[in-house]
Amino acid sequence: MGKRDISEINAGSMADIAFLLLIFFLVTTTMDTDKGLIRRLPPPIDNVEPPDKVNQRNIFEILVNANDQLLVEGEYIQVTELRAKAKEFIRSSPSYPKGIDENNSGYLNMPAFKMTEIPILGNMYVSKQIISLQNDNGTSYEMYIKVQNELVAAYNELRNEFAQDKFGKSYVELVKQAGSSDLAKDKMKAVKKVFPQRISEAEPKRVGGDK
Amino acid sequence: MSKFRKKGKVSQPAINTASLPDIVFMLLFFFMVTTVMRETSLKVENIKPEATEVSKLEKKSLVAYIYIGKPIAALQAQFGTAPRIQLNDVFAEIDEIPLFVDMERDDRSEAERNMITWSLKVDAKTKMGIVTDVKQALRKVNALKLNYSTRKTDKISNK
Repeated sequence: MGKRDISEINAGSMADIAFLLLIFFLVTTTMDTDKGLIRRLPPPIDNVEPPDKVNQRNIFEILVNANDQLLVEGEYIQVTELRAKAKEFIRSSPSYPKGIDENNSGYLNMPAFKMTEIPILGNMYVSKQIISLQNDNGTSYEMYIKVQNELVAAYNELRNEFAQDKFGKSYVELVKQAGSSDLAKDKMKAVKKVFPQRISEAEPKRVGGDK
Repeated sequence: MSKFRKKGKVSQPAINTASLPDIVFMLLFFFMVTTVMRETSLKVENIKPEATEVSKLEKKSLVAYIYIGKPIAALQAQFGTAPRIQLNDVFAEIDEIPLFVDMERDDRSEAERNMITWSLKVDAKTKMGIVTDVKQALRKVNALKLNYSTRKTDKISNK
């Protein structure tokens, strides 16, 4: 007696405390990296000149009504069919980039081409395609995003195929490498110029229901 | 000693759990470091639509958020169920957007003012009417770089 050892602190419950904290952080954590579709709005109306008249064949018309139904080029389709249709239109000729002429005479209901100078690739025919999108005020946001998504997907797929064909690398890979390599960046820009994203959104119609 | 031990019944030694706290602490620190506490509390429902072709937003400091959706259940008695816009922590009307844009711009340095991305976090069930109004309001004040916030999915469906 008298000389008593200081007994060790029992660390058995430390694990429990740590678990408790762990669970708290597990629950509160939001690994919320913001992702989404990036778009650019056209500048305000008063500082742009009125647009040129566009030939009807160059326009890919998409209408979405208040019941989330799609009318594409006068035809009622499902949203899952949109991507293939848009791709066909943007490419303008199934054999692109070979065997085509300025007027795209083989496919008169598809857009015409314009000779454009593109860095790295030289002179190329670039389709005059424009996608016109009009939605109703009653269209659901979900549908709107779906349509936007399919259009972006159509462009991306075409760019991928084209880049794979020309450079042996997909467009997505070029974008990834663009930060580190100037050559990849130039290639990426070239592909972008061959298939420029032209999506025009018309002012919405107020037909079916408000807000 | 072993004289009394019954043969064949050698009990397994207990697994040493002394390193368990260390492992748990490691996980704990990981989550503590990665955790981002929400800056604004949501007053609107916000289930984002799904898309496949998403890209990540690069610089978080250059993003301003606009939330649109119907008020959350707790606030519906007071504010109804019509979709509302939320800027920062309060409900706002369309005509308050230019002011919001100005304030967000003032928060950034001169060089970065034109690089702000306006992230629209819109509930999937919202109708386009209010979204278009917001877009037109943003367009008028030259806030043109938009991001439609979505969740990533592998495939989209018809309905």
